Amino acid sequence: MNIHEYQGKTLLRENNVAVLEGVHCTTVEQALSAYDSLGSKVVAVKSQIHAGGRGKGTLYHPETREHVMDGGVKIAFSREEVESYATNILGNILVTIQTGDEGKLVSNLYIEAGCDIAHEYYLALLVDRDNKSVLIMASTEGGMDIEDVAHNTPELIHKVVVDPNAGLLGFQKRDLGMSLGLSGAALKSFGKMLSNMYTMFVREDCVMVEINPLVRTGADEIVALDSKISFDENAEFRHKNWDDLRDLSEEEDVEIRAKETGLSYVKLDGNIGCLVNGAGLAMATMDVIKLYGGEPANFLDVGGGANEEQVKTAFSIILEDPNVKGILVNIFGGIMRCDIIARGVIAATEALSLEVPLVVRLAGTNVDEGKAILAASTLNIHPADDLAEGAQKIVALIGGDE
Amino acid sequence: MSIWIEEDAKVLVQGITGKQGMFHADKMVEYGTNIVGGCTPGKGGQTVELQGKPFPVWHSMSEAIEATDADATVIYVPPPFAAEAIMEAADAFDTIKGEGVVVCITEGIPTLDMVKAVAYVENRPGVRLIGPNCPGIITPGEKGGAKIGIMPGHIHAKGRIGIVSKSGTLTYEAVAQTMSIDEGQSTCIGIGGDPVNGTGFIDCLAAFEADPQTEAIIMIGEIGGNAEQEAAAWAAGNVTKPIVGFVAGATAPPGKRMGHAGAIISGGKGTAEEKFEAFRAAGIACAMDPSELGKVLLESLKAAGLR
Repeated sequence: MNIHEYQGKTLLRENNVAVLEGVHCTTVEQALSAYDSLGSKVVAVKSQIHAGGRGKGTLYHPETREHVMDGGVKIAFSREEVESYATNILGNILVTIQTGDEGKLVSNLYIEAGCDIAHEYYLALLVDRDNKSVLIMASTEGGMDIEDVAHNTPELIHKVVVDPNAGLLGFQKRDLGMSLGLSGAALKSFGKMLSNMYTMFVREDCVMVEINPLVRTGADEIVALDSKISFDENAEFRHKNWDDLRDLSEEEDVEIRAKETGLSYVKLDGNIGCLVNGAGLAMATMDVIKLYGGEPANFLDVGGGANEEQVKTAFSIILEDPNVKGILVNIFGGIMRCDIIARGVIAATEALSLEVPLVVRLAGTNVDEGKAILAASTLNIHPADDLAEGAQKIVALIGGDE
Repeated sequence: MSIWIEEDAKVLVQGITGKQGMFHADKMVEYGTNIVGGCTPGKGGQTVELQGKPFPVWHSMSEAIEATDADATVIYVPPPFAAEAIMEAADAFDTIKGEGVVVCITEGIPTLDMVKAVAYVENRPGVRLIGPNCPGIITPGEKGGAKIGIMPGHIHAKGRIGIVSKSGTLTYEAVAQTMSIDEGQSTCIGIGGDPVNGTGFIDCLAAFEADPQTEAIIMIGEIGGNAEQEAAAWAAGNVTKPIVGFVAGATAPPGKRMGHAGAIISGGKGTAEEKFEAFRAAGIACAMDPSELGKVLLESLKAAGLR
């Protein structure tokens, strides 16, 4: 789960990590009064969306798609500039390298006081799969795309792995700070900031905190100028406040509804809907559709213990996508019994008066009963014995329609 | 022989009095698993009926292991308490026996809880953690066998193919593929799809290589991380037995989590293409479709003079 920069800044401030003064706004008027209240001649006017590359992004009109302005993060030197930038940003679509061509509608703005920057650094904390620990990465190359830095000058990225038993140790903070060329008051400020950020990372169940740039001010203070924070969804049960931080407009509506029913759904661009049990098998089903010349319309895992109702919901979610021209059901029954799935499929196709071709592949527990139920039905369901046959059948069936 | 779990291994069930725990413990007994009891804090002294027979429940894992000399435990505890259950089991096995296998089925454990739990287990080198978020481990026997997890027991048969996979249902698919060419399994392990877990691919490959019963291996990966690439590189220099591989997620879009917490292509890394390439470079025979695993395995067995 991702949160906005302004929400991240609040969290950092609460955890004693230095950030600049700033105000969250949703209207141009609020942006202007924020400028007045900050009392800073120079301010940053920042689009708030859950995607990186905002500064180098482009704003477009949501309907006409006309070009509005280059750059989703602007430095304003006057009240007039704040007004003009805020007007150009709010209610328009921001396209960045991370949003895809459709971009994202900007409804939130952050007005932040200016700052005397001596140097920009990069800092990230994340859960590292290889070390099975929290990894801290820092670089002197702040403000750049870190993927490029990692590719071109990997020696400029410094890493520290935190032993979960020992926690973040003093020498690790010193080593990392010194590798950034820090000394004196700046090194001390860096160490304090890092301790507080690590404590926050653990307490708030983060999976990633990225600060790019982290800056050293003229007064040798270390300040987080940006913030990109992701929480671990698995830990939601112990963070009641996440509901308030979640911006549902940043998430796919249908993916949220799928999740509420215990389904895992990701929409894709193809035309063959898939309904599968198990994440690995669901991915493999998409792959095999593609292998035999089709294009999957979605990833959908109904989980290990789906009931008739969930199967029905799964079908209706798949059919919401107007591109879907056929559906492949692929179930390897373990705990889930094939006869129950077969009944669910029949109930769903009847209730939704399914019109597109349907191929059903069943295997595992009670497979013979399941197949018999499908065979006895008067509905137009095409059975398949294995995944390859199922994929070939559905590809042939929709090919015939075109 | 088999790996880590013998056919007659003595098994405890943590969370045995819960709905999930009781349901699956019953299926395990039905398969023939030698369940010796369970553990639910606060419910010690009770008994649980599985397949018409009573099984004892203990308050703590140390009591349970002291009383039963168990070899393994399987955890069906809800996510908020699962990491603690892993650590309790690891501590009890380490203190009492110096060894033991901990299988965690639970899906949805907070990642930082697992960071802590994995470090805890690694400090107790005799203890092996399998999972979490996995189907478990099964060693099919002549009659019954040891099924420690949620996989459908009846699809398995004792044999010489070792199977390791991140995914549950794809493991079942691989099992069915071995059966389609009249081969059984030595041991099948689901290592789980979480970003931070216990036993990895390399542990499994090393154990299969050392196991006289296992003559060939099926390894199934998925997008995310680079465990498959590392395992392939390791196998190239250390595994003499034929390996057949598949990787799920060739069509997965970047940046999207595909069901499993760990199944995500991030920063262009962890793609299926990259993993298939690593497999091929290591001499692993790849199936591009899981329904072809049987065919590819048969070819590999023939090439190795095993059929």
